[in-house]
Amino acid sequence: MNWLSHSWPWIFELTARHLALSVPAIVLSVLIAVPLGRLAYRHPRAGGALLSAATLLYAIPALPLLIIIPALFGFSLRSPATIIVALTLYGIALMVRTAADAFNAVPAEVRQAAMAIGHSPRQTFWKVELPLAIPVLISGMRVVVVSTVGLVTIGALVGIASLGTLFTDGFQRGITASVLTGLIATVILALVLDGLVLLLGRIATPWASQHVAIKAQDTTREVSA
Amino acid sequence: MSLFLDALQWLAEPTHWSGANGIGTRLGEHVFITLLVVVVAAVIALPVGIAVGHTGRGRTLVVGVLGAARAVPTLGLLTLLGLWLGIGLKAPVIALIILAIPSLLAGAYAGVESANRTVVDAARAVGMSEGQLIRRVELALGAPVIIGGVRAAVLQVIATATLAAYTADVGLGRYLFAGLKTRDYAQMLAGAILVAVLAVLAEILLAMWQRRARRKASPAARERQDSELSGNGSQV
Repeated sequence: MNWLSHSWPWIFELTARHLALSVPAIVLSVLIAVPLGRLAYRHPRAGGALLSAATLLYAIPALPLLIIIPALFGFSLRSPATIIVALTLYGIALMVRTAADAFNAVPAEVRQAAMAIGHSPRQTFWKVELPLAIPVLISGMRVVVVSTVGLVTIGALVGIASLGTLFTDGFQRGITASVLTGLIATVILALVLDGLVLLLGRIATPWASQHVAIKAQDTTREVSA
Repeated sequence: MSLFLDALQWLAEPTHWSGANGIGTRLGEHVFITLLVVVVAAVIALPVGIAVGHTGRGRTLVVGVLGAARAVPTLGLLTLLGLWLGIGLKAPVIALIILAIPSLLAGAYAGVESANRTVVDAARAVGMSEGQLIRRVELALGAPVIIGGVRAAVLQVIATATLAAYTADVGLGRYLFAGLKTRDYAQMLAGAILVAVLAVLAEILLAMWQRRARRKASPAARERQDSELSGNGSQV
């Protein structure tokens, strides 16, 4: 525990670095996967190929990818860009199918109704399809968050600092407390970000909680009646 | 691109293919460990998953544990067990078994659960015992999903076995860490390519197996929904 008492500043710094690597990757994954998912939904044939490619990409293990990416893009091995690109690719691969499912789940009648009241295709997308797809998109994003926060630690093996550094450093110096701290901190970080995404989903779909409230009201009425 | 040429040259060098540190040996180790770990993990996880799926008991607990397990970083588990059990094969093998269990468990219970309840009730009505019900109906219908779990577990283990070379002298990951240490990028990249090819081949084979099982389980709905469970497994 002695280790822990004088390592707080370092743990905080590594947590900040961990966030600085995972948050951009998560945001980029979502920003790219949602349009791709919508594309896959609109054009099922091209979409099928896209989804297969995503599955294959996801099959490539992280450490090899961290070594292949610098060779492909000309980054240096320890560049943060390497891990952000790798994790963005994984995030897209993880989320693109969910995104396609999210748009698939929007009922056709709702789309037709939107057009019938005079929405242009663009308005239909922004005002009807996208909001209705949010719950499923959020569930996909949560998977990406948990996966990304865990995967960032692999970067420590090639020298990209994050909470994963607590694993490599702890292992090499034989400090169990360091490895345990890294494990716990990574899990907590994943849970916190996951909670934030959940909250974001609630805020973005105010009608969902209203719906629940109305339902609850109905049941109370039934009970009292 | 010259880096890739260097890596290919490294791969083409015959002396790199033989001996105790040769590609043949390392590839064999990697595949052997993967199979061993998945079989042991399956022996533990599949019966539990099938029981949970069949009875519906303990479902909340399993779902909760699986969710939490997904957040545990694999490298953390590997190094922790490495510190506790020392360098050698024991630590990575135990870590890999622990990491393979969630996907297998999820596949097993979701698979059994996915069997159409009307069909299950009909089978019960024509007098099948619970054992027959599980074997002939639930497992038969749930096979694609269960195989999806195996698929996710195998890929997870192939990936994590690469990291296992950090704490033990085993598998294709050795090339990555040896290359990192000596700044031999060609060796490192060659190792990375070997692991990636192995993983993609495993993925393709398992996807084919899953597709066949799906066709057998529901001959009517062909060719749809190729790989639902697979992509959502856990990556390392």
